[in-house]
Amino acid sequence: MAYTGAQILLECLLQEGVDLIFGYPGGAIIDIYDELPKYPIRHILVRHEQGAVHAADGYARASGKVGVCLVTSGPGATNTVTGIATAYMDSVPIVVFTGQVPTHLIGNDAFQEADIVGITRPCTKHNYLVKDVRQLAFTIKQAFYLARTGRPGPVLVDLPKDVIRATTELEYPATMTMRSYNPNYSPNRKQLRRAAELIAASSRPVVYAGGGVVAADSAAELTQMARTYQLPVTTTLMGLGAFPGTDPLWLGMLGMHGTYTANMAIHNSDLLISVGARFDDRVTGRVDAFAPKAKIIHFDIDPTSISKNVGVDVPIVADCRQGLLGLMEELARIPGVDWRAKHAAWIEELTAMQQAHPLTYSQEGQYIKPQWVVEKIYSITQGEAIIATEVGQNQMWAAQFYRYTKPRTFLSSGGLGTMGYGFPAAIGAQLAFPDRLVIDIAGDGSIQMNIQELATAVSYQIPVKVVILNNGYLGMVRQWQELFYNKNYCATCLHTNPDFVALARAYGAEGFLVERPEEVEPTLRQAFAHPGPVFVDVRVEPEENVAPMVPAGAALSEMLLV
Amino acid sequence: MRHVLSILVENEPGVLSRVAGLFSGRGFNIESLNVGPTLDPTVSHMTIVTVGDDQIIEQIIKQLHKLISVIKVVDLSQEQAVEREIVLVKVNADDSRRADVLRIVDIFRCKVVDVSVDELTVEITGDGKKIKAIVTLLQRFGVKELVRSGPIAMRRSMQLVD
Ligand SMILES: Cc1ncc(C[n+]2csc(CCOP(=O)(O)OP(=O)(O)O)c2C)c(N)n1
Ligand SMILES: [Mg+2]
Repeated sequence: MAYTGAQILLECLLQEGVDLIFGYPGGAIIDIYDELPKYPIRHILVRHEQGAVHAADGYARASGKVGVCLVTSGPGATNTVTGIATAYMDSVPIVVFTGQVPTHLIGNDAFQEADIVGITRPCTKHNYLVKDVRQLAFTIKQAFYLARTGRPGPVLVDLPKDVIRATTELEYPATMTMRSYNPNYSPNRKQLRRAAELIAASSRPVVYAGGGVVAADSAAELTQMARTYQLPVTTTLMGLGAFPGTDPLWLGMLGMHGTYTANMAIHNSDLLISVGARFDDRVTGRVDAFAPKAKIIHFDIDPTSISKNVGVDVPIVADCRQGLLGLMEELARIPGVDWRAKHAAWIEELTAMQQAHPLTYSQEGQYIKPQWVVEKIYSITQGEAIIATEVGQNQMWAAQFYRYTKPRTFLSSGGLGTMGYGFPAAIGAQLAFPDRLVIDIAGDGSIQMNIQELATAVSYQIPVKVVILNNGYLGMVRQWQELFYNKNYCATCLHTNPDFVALARAYGAEGFLVERPEEVEPTLRQAFAHPGPVFVDVRVEPEENVAPMVPAGAALSEMLLV
Repeated sequence: MRHVLSILVENEPGVLSRVAGLFSGRGFNIESLNVGPTLDPTVSHMTIVTVGDDQIIEQIIKQLHKLISVIKVVDLSQEQAVEREIVLVKVNADDSRRADVLRIVDIFRCKVVDVSVDELTVEITGDGKKIKAIVTLLQRFGVKELVRSGPIAMRRSMQLVD
């Protein structure tokens, strides 16, 4: 039986177990939409293609499955670029299908033509232009295979209209192997042994974990290793949830807005065990002053991450899960070490430091402190919510003042820092987990970057809760202006913010305004109990700063506002 | 340091821009780049000459491996390799100077591939040193045009120890 390209695409999605896609139609892909109702695939009509990609990304981060988008050619395709780059930087598995003008018009400046394969080449793991319908099924198989294996990432498949309409037999390959792509999952034994020996010989070890631990579903292994061998743990922003934020070994996040203790632990450590983290500049600060006394063990599935910014002593290319399991086997072979006793002094020192330099703020006076709002969200939800964030101060407070105890519960654009990510990502996560509470901790600036997705949330009754920490500023930029640019608040005051409550209602959602401290908790409770999508506009202290802070280019030991 | 990378890639559209884009996007240097077919029609071969310290070269090689279309990368500067480049030079050579030009062509065992009343086109094959030497000599007569292929290279069959 002959299938059209459109049918092949949808059949392949079924084969991949896809039952949900995010999309926006247009001329180049209208044939796919013509077939779509015949398939048991739920389509979520977003209101902007960027929203589709972030939603697929949020779905993927929360569930661990591949997120899928479908958009038209030209502007539909170019609108996905920020979302794709966001997923690329944070290694999120998504597959984006874009329409394209018919093959005979490619290169002709045809109506709604954009060279999306060229445009997204540097921000996809791989991408394809399918020129022949007989290649379509194979290409889709490869796209999903690449997106989810190795270091995950976004893959784009460009579908010319004539390929979508052409017919051929359908043969979906059962398995995929590629001569040019063989990610290495299993760690090298010799390196594991060296790593274990270094740990046994160290007196001030620190685990520095990143998003790779979450991506490899190895939070349990990380936690087990840290507890068994009494290793203090810090994580990157992307690693939040990979280790319980309530554990006594937890030091807090490290980096620019990390805790004093996490950063000083790195500074004083004699051994860094880096797992699935990539020594980003927001983490390391001045790179030559990063972990100056430490030997470094580095687990990463991606060889390019190893010794890219910081030279390491024991490189281990592996999947984090297999790496951690292997390391624990080697550690178990080391005889006669009382791990608790060996690290007791170090842990005691760090615990004392945590007590002396906690993350702080003071909730007093008429202003609502944004940190306090985040703490309230934590206590009301008892840490059980899935939290998405926007970008800026809201993101850092959401990272600092909510304790993440499980992986895949903190969704944030770490690498690209994309304002407008959180709301559509929350929608995607909510669709993956309809029964869980999903909250976007937002800024008044960021929320306006994809606010049109209110219509999506309302039309499908996706009950995400958006808590806007409304400070009337592009707060993070204003903070830099205050600290480093003589308070020259150029272009950071949002004095014409809309009435978010009225706006939410205009879209058909619920809206609440919170202006006084005593209203915070009851209103949040009311909002979280509401069955549909909600905006909560919380007017917070306008000039509150995120503290502490490592100024850009300074060493981790040179923190301000401690 | 200068490194010669020998790279096997899938022979598919866009692969050159993936490789070139990697170098430009990450600020790596390309001194020369040469692409051609292999005996296997699905595979192309690239020779890239690049410069960088050890850490940069290590990153370049890893990043190349990471490209899905790249099958194999070998750093030939790590090994004994033969390296050749082909150059076409169009030199001023009227009656008064033709003999002088031809003498140089002869000494270096190059080939004349085109002649006119006042020009000679010379084909030079060799490694970088030889090419530099002959081009310098020919420049005295006035070089009108010069086209270089960029080096290609191959590992030697036997690693002779000296
Ligand atoms: C798309 C995009 N544009 C610009 C920036 C630069 N930027 C980083 S934080 C920030 C301010 C965000 O303001 P808001 O959403 O109100 O958050 P706040 O910092 O006030 O909590 C800006 C403009 C960015 N990260 N993303
Ligand atoms: Mg703000």
